[in-house]
This record gives sequence, C-alpha cells and structure tokens, in this order.
Amino acid sequence: VKALVVKRKPARFAAAMVAGRFAPGAGAKVGPLSLRDVDPPEPPTDEWVRVRPRLAGICGSDLATIDGASSPWFEPIVSFPFTPGHEVVGELDDGSRVVVVPVLACATRGIDPPCAPCAAGDLNRCERVAFGHLEPGLQCGFCESTGGGWSTAMVAHPTQLLPVPEELSDEAAVMVEPTACAVHAAAGVDAGSVAVIGAGTLGLLTITALRDRHQGIDITATAKHPHQRRLAADLGADRVVAPGELERAVRGATGSMRLTNGQLTGGVPAVVDCVGSEASLGQALRVAAPGGTVHVVGMPGVTTIDLTPLWQREVALRGAYAYRREDFDAALDLVPARDLGRLVSATYPLARYEDAIAHAASAGARGAVKIAFDLRSERERNHL
Amino acid sequence: MPRPGFVLDVDRSTPPILFHHGESFRLEKLPAGRSRVIYPAEPLAALDDVDAAIRDALERPLGDSEPLHALLRPGMKLTICFDDISLPLPPMRRPDVRQRIIEAVLDQAAAAGVDDVHLIAALALHRRMTEAELRHAVGDRVYDAFAPHGLLYNHDAEDPENLAFLGTTPQGEEVEINKRAAESDLIVYVNINLVSMDGGWKSTATGLASYRSLRHHHNVKTMRHSRSFMDRHASELHSSNWRMGEVLKGAGVKIFQIESTLNNDTFGTSGPMSVLQKREWEWSGRDRASFIAMKAGLDRMPMGARRKIFQSWKAPYGVTSVCAGEVDAVHEVITQNTFAQQLVPVEGQTDILTMGLPYICPYNVNSVMNPILVMCLGLGYFFNLYRGQPLVREGGVLIMSHPTPWEFHPVHHPSYIDFFEQVLADTTDPAEIEARYEKQYAEDEWYRHLYRTSYAYHGVHPFYMWYWGCHGLAHLGKVIVVGGEARSVRRLGFTPASTLDDALEMASDVVGRDATMTHLHNPPIVMADVT
Repeated sequence: VKALVVKRKPARFAAAMVAGRFAPGAGAKVGPLSLRDVDPPEPPTDEWVRVRPRLAGICGSDLATIDGASSPWFEPIVSFPFTPGHEVVGELDDGSRVVVVPVLACATRGIDPPCAPCAAGDLNRCERVAFGHLEPGLQCGFCESTGGGWSTAMVAHPTQLLPVPEELSDEAAVMVEPTACAVHAAAGVDAGSVAVIGAGTLGLLTITALRDRHQGIDITATAKHPHQRRLAADLGADRVVAPGELERAVRGATGSMRLTNGQLTGGVPAVVDCVGSEASLGQALRVAAPGGTVHVVGMPGVTTIDLTPLWQREVALRGAYAYRREDFDAALDLVPARDLGRLVSATYPLARYEDAIAHAASAGARGAVKIAFDLRSERERNHL
Repeated sequence: MPRPGFVLDVDRSTPPILFHHGESFRLEKLPAGRSRVIYPAEPLAALDDVDAAIRDALERPLGDSEPLHALLRPGMKLTICFDDISLPLPPMRRPDVRQRIIEAVLDQAAAAGVDDVHLIAALALHRRMTEAELRHAVGDRVYDAFAPHGLLYNHDAEDPENLAFLGTTPQGEEVEINKRAAESDLIVYVNINLVSMDGGWKSTATGLASYRSLRHHHNVKTMRHSRSFMDRHASELHSSNWRMGEVLKGAGVKIFQIESTLNNDTFGTSGPMSVLQKREWEWSGRDRASFIAMKAGLDRMPMGARRKIFQSWKAPYGVTSVCAGEVDAVHEVITQNTFAQQLVPVEGQTDILTMGLPYICPYNVNSVMNPILVMCLGLGYFFNLYRGQPLVREGGVLIMSHPTPWEFHPVHHPSYIDFFEQVLADTTDPAEIEARYEKQYAEDEWYRHLYRTSYAYHGVHPFYMWYWGCHGLAHLGKVIVVGGEARSVRRLGFTPASTLDDALEMASDVVGRDATMTHLHNPPIVMADVT
C-alpha cells in the first residue's frame, strides 16, 4: 500500500527539528517522513478488519512529530516505523464508512482483564499502551502494528469502529475525532466563565463543545486571524480578542484589578489552553483566577514556565487528552449540528504531502483551519 | 483692525492649503473650481487691562445678581470651581485667566472676612490634574496657599461621601453634584469659554456632577439631538443641563458665574508656529522656508520628541472679555463674544468636508491623541462647529487628516485601550455600544480606582467620546482618514487613504466626481454659520 511513513532516524529527526524552527512544517522535507510503498499491516487477530481511509486529518501532534518537536515522553509509547494519521474516516471491505476511534487501549491489545481505567471506560488513561499483542503506541497513527490514516490501508479493532450515518459527508466525518477531544475537554470544565486560548481546529471545536455542554457559560476566546475570529464568534464565543489582548479582556469581563506590572488580581475560574506552548501556558496561568483550573488541551512539550502564580493563587493544572468512547457519540451529534465539516479547508493527495504539511503548519495565517489527506482518488487504494 | 473670517473659493492660483496632521502638517492642493476654504478670523484685540476688566465684571454683574463683594460675608462657605485641564487648547501662557480671576475673587473674599474657602477643579469624569497643571491654572500663590491644607483639590465624581443628590428634572434627570459645592453659601464658577459649547449651566451641572447625573445627557439620544452642541439653543445637551440648572436653583444652590473669552491668537505672530495662523497666499519667502524646515525637522524626529515639542506649546491667547453674575445673563453675552471671534458665514452645504486634525483635543493635554480621540475631535468637535446646518450635506463624505497611531497613554486612558480592543472590535454602532457595554465600563472597580487615585479618565469616558461623534456618524455617508495607520482607522470603522487624491477618488464613489468640497481651516478655531 502507499503510505507516509515515519522511521526512527535520529539524524533525520535532528534535521527536522532545525528546519521546523525556521519554518513550521519544513520538517516534512528533511525529516523522518517519507512516502513509500509498504506491505499492508497484518491484522493482529481475526477480529481486526481492514480500513481503507477516505480522508485523514493532519493534527498538531502530527506536525510536532514531523518537525522533530515531540517530547521524549512519547519515546516508549510509540513504535517505529509508523504511519501517521489518527483522524480517520474510512471504508470497510463491505463498503460501509466508519470513523476510527484511534486509542489503542486494553481491548485492542488483547489484554483481559483490562486495566482499571479501561474497565472504567477511560480509554484515554489506559495503563497498558505499550503492552499486549500490539507494538507500543498510544493511538493508531503512532503504532507500527496498525498503520495509520495517511495511507491507503490500515487495520482496526471492531471496538474502534464508529459507523458513519449516510447523511454525513466525509469532510464532516473526519472532524469527529478532533471534536471528540473537544467534547472531552469541555466535560472537564466546571465553571461559569472560561477563557479559551487558541482558535485553531482544537480551539474552535472546544468553543463549540463548551457552548453545547454549558449553555450559559461565558466564553472569552483568543484568535490571531480574521477568519478565526469570525468562526470563534459563530461557534459560541461571547467575545473574541487578539492573543495580546486576553489579559485586558479577562480583567474587564471579571472586574478584576490590575497591578502595576499588568498582572491581574483575579481572573477566570477556568482556562482552556488549546495551544500548549510556553507562551500560551504562561498566559493561561496569568488569567486564571485564584483557585481556578488551567485545562491543557493542546499538546505541550518541554517548556520553561514560571509556576509562581500556580503556587500563589492555588491554580490547578489539568491535562485533557483524547476521549472516552461516549465522547465520540456526542461528537457524532455535534459535528452535523454545528456544521463542523466546513472547518476542512483543503485536502491533498499523499503525493503532495510536503505541501499538505506546510499548509497545515501555517493554516491560520493562510486562512485555513483543518487540512486533510484525501485518499479517495489514490489508485492503490481502489485496487486493493 | 483684525480681518474677519471668510470663505475662499479655490481657483488655479490658490496655493496648497495647510492641513494639520497630528504632530505634523500636510500641504494639499485642492481641486480648483469646486473647492472652498473657510478661514478663521484674525485674533480680536485683547483687553488692555485684564485685571481691571475682571474687577469691573465682579463689581458690575449681569442679570439678577449683586456684586460679588455684596455676596461675601464672614462665616460663610465659599467654593470656587474652575474649568480643568481640557481648557483652553492649547494651554495658555501664564498667567492663565483662571489665575487672574481666582486671585481677584480671593482678594474680595479676604476683604470680606471669608475664611472657609475651597477651590475645586470641576473635571467631572476627566482625569485629575497634576500639581504642575493645577499650578499652571491657578498660579503658584493660590496653589501654595490652599493645596497644602487640602483646600484646593480635584472633584471626585466617585466619592459617595462627597456627593449631594439635589433632585430630578421634570424629565427624570437626576441631579447630583459635589457636596461641598452644593452645601456652600456661594459657588463662584470660573470659566474659560474657548468655544460656544462651554459655560452656562453646563459648568456646574456637568463639571461638578457624578456619573449618575451625567449619564442623563452624555448619551447617544441626547447627542444625536444636539445639532449642534456648539449652538446652545439647538442642543439637547444644553437643554438637559439647563433643566438641571433649574433643579440646582430650586435646591438653593447659589452660583456667581464668571465667564471669559479668548481671542484666536493660538500660534502667535512670531516664531515658526506663527505661519500656522497666516493665510497661505500671504506666506512670505521666510514663512515658506520656516514651514518647510519645521516640517522636515518634525518628520525626522521620533514621535516622543515631536509630541513633547507640541505639548510644551503655550498659546499667547489674549483675553477679550470677562463677564460675571447670573448664569444665563453672563452666558448669553459671552457666547456672543465667542461667536464674534469664531463665527464665519457660509452659504450652503458641501458634498465633501475636509479637515486637518491637530495634535491636541480636550482630552490629551500632556498625553497621547489616541484613535478614539481622533474620532471625537473630527466627528465630535470639528464636525459640530456649525450653526444652522452641518457644513457637509447628509450622506456626504468627511475626509480627516491625522496619523491615527494605535497608541494610548496607559495612565491617562486605560479604559480607552479596552474600549478600542474589545468594544470597537465588536461594533462601532453607538446605540449598540451604549446598550451592551456602557454599564460594565462605568461600574468597573479598577477604572474607578484609577480615576480616583491615579490620573485616569473615568471608565465610561471613551463611550462619551464615541457618543460625541454619533451625530456625525449618523449624518455622514463615509469617513476617510488620510495618512492614518490603516489598522487603527479600520478599527474605527473608517476608510484609510494614503493621500488626499486617493481619498477624493474614494469619496467619488459616494458623492460623484464633480462633488463640491469645503476645507475647515482649523485651528485657530473657526465655526461655520451655515445658511
């Protein structure tokens, strides 16, 4: 099958890291990612089925991998070589369409009895992501055994398959996985007002999910680009401000006082950081109210940050990774209800992966939101 | 004999016309055959002996009032209130006329044995005046005699302990003013009537009021029905203040009003700035060289240095009249004196009105002219410098020249920054802004704190600036800013243009290619009497 593959090549990762610093997404040209003809992944057991991807999104975590910017934390919970792509709508051999739930938890790994989090339904907290009959990998798209969405074929366990209603387009269906992330993040927020930092795909979807779950919640969002401002407001933000204006906006909205160096005496009880950068985390801590919570939804990395406000104001820092299975059900309702398929701005064939990655890495500046690979016209796929 | 203001019809021989442009200038060639320029009158003769004129005004009051000395007695409470830093513009050279008047009043108070005297800067919701600014206004002698004892201070519109509620007008407008003033046996109010909007009952009912009271006339509805607010009898803003004046009178508040007028000598008759006061075709070779050198020098300077130079300019204004006594009688005479200097007859409206906005407006003395103040100066003050009907026809185009930097004074204008970043990013519609945002800003604790303890304009002040321009906004078909920072201009809801030619091209989409054009050659201040 035709697939984009990430190999464990330290020199390539180093080159990607250097290139990615100069131009986000440039790691695609010099890094460990390449387009190859590879053997299709073998189903680990008879239960597993083949999925031929139709659309596969490009996520921020994918971009971090390609640019060599991922944390060493992932080292033992991925397996090389792997095919990226965990935002997948595909097709089974019987022609039916499915969205893949990519988390590779105990059920997919043949581990029985499952770990305590899996038993409780918290697939995203699985304690066995490096064990069982699969190679290590926290999700499809990071695991050698399963393949990933950036290919013409991958395999999936039946528990990972979510049937796609006929009326849902592929563009809408490919938004279900990131929407499930947002639904999960929104479920963790328990406050009357919230600041959402970032208006990329994850930020916009989080605003949508917050508005859906907490009708009366007051949402202040940051957005860099005009189209992001418009979408953020349309999807439910009460006010949208430029990133540099957040502190002032939060001050005004909360009636906080402002000290001489600009820091606030109050803030919002919940901040959702959908960027995960050093700057965004620092800002999140500055605008969180005493006793508030910062929800880290965007994938962070190794950062240096002043944790004094966290200590002095007793702010909690809480991760929000992936989803529970039921978050997908909610996402499947939310995507058509809010017409989230419109967030897919452009699609590319695999052969133009460098262009696709570059577009995704600068999506905001180029007026785009979600960039995806379109596998529907790949010759190899249709010959399988 | 000073020459009166007049209207010049532009022909091919007309030289390029001066446009003020913030801390610089532009010279613009106006289209011949369809343009005209409204020039201000030359400065009227100043009083030879200002102190004598003041004494005379105090002795021979207008209207139903006794002379000041007859109103003074031992044991009484006397409060002298005076206009704040927003007047005059630019600040006048020492001695300020307020100082001269206050010293004369204090002399009489001392002679009458009055020893309970307070002096209050009637700044409403403006920023507090600094010590240096107060010294400039009242003079060192007065400042040193009163300020160290806490007897000379800024009005605080957010001090609940020092506000007195005096009642409501028949229209339900609440009247709440400074308690010390309200409870005094006599208020002496010292005005500088720079424009015809100033003075009258507005002095006390606005200058000493609280937000609770001000909101009844500083709002969109009132300002839209003030056509213009420079014409007292056509101004709902003034009608409201006059109604409040009735409440003040009914509550027993006794006011001895002193109003004064200045001439148009804004830039002097010598030095490089004097060329700004001359008509272009009368510029000598020396004037031209001086102007070119001044402009070249300014354009090469960093903004901070330019601002410092302009803000340090003190106008050599001459005092042309002083009247004292009963509020209405004084104000009628003084308004006519103001008109005598500033009013120029103009026949008919124009399709395009142009104006060069200078570096200063009432709210950026020793500060930064931020984009909201640019809007207020252009669409508020300059647009409203008319009597009869607006200079520009309904649906016409206003072209303003100003650099409009995205810059704010962080101490003076904190709520302006938020207003610009948040409110205007959402909407520029005055009514919507008023309905959705005013209360939040007006009651914001931080803004209140900064207004009371620092040198910040009140949280609601940028709203008032926007309302000030709402008549213009509703009247105009398009507003274009020449030479302005594009993103600031767009945030204001206006259209940026690099040159006047570009602006005229844009304007032609609204008013056609043969549109008439009028340039308001201001400052020095000129007001159009449009028939």
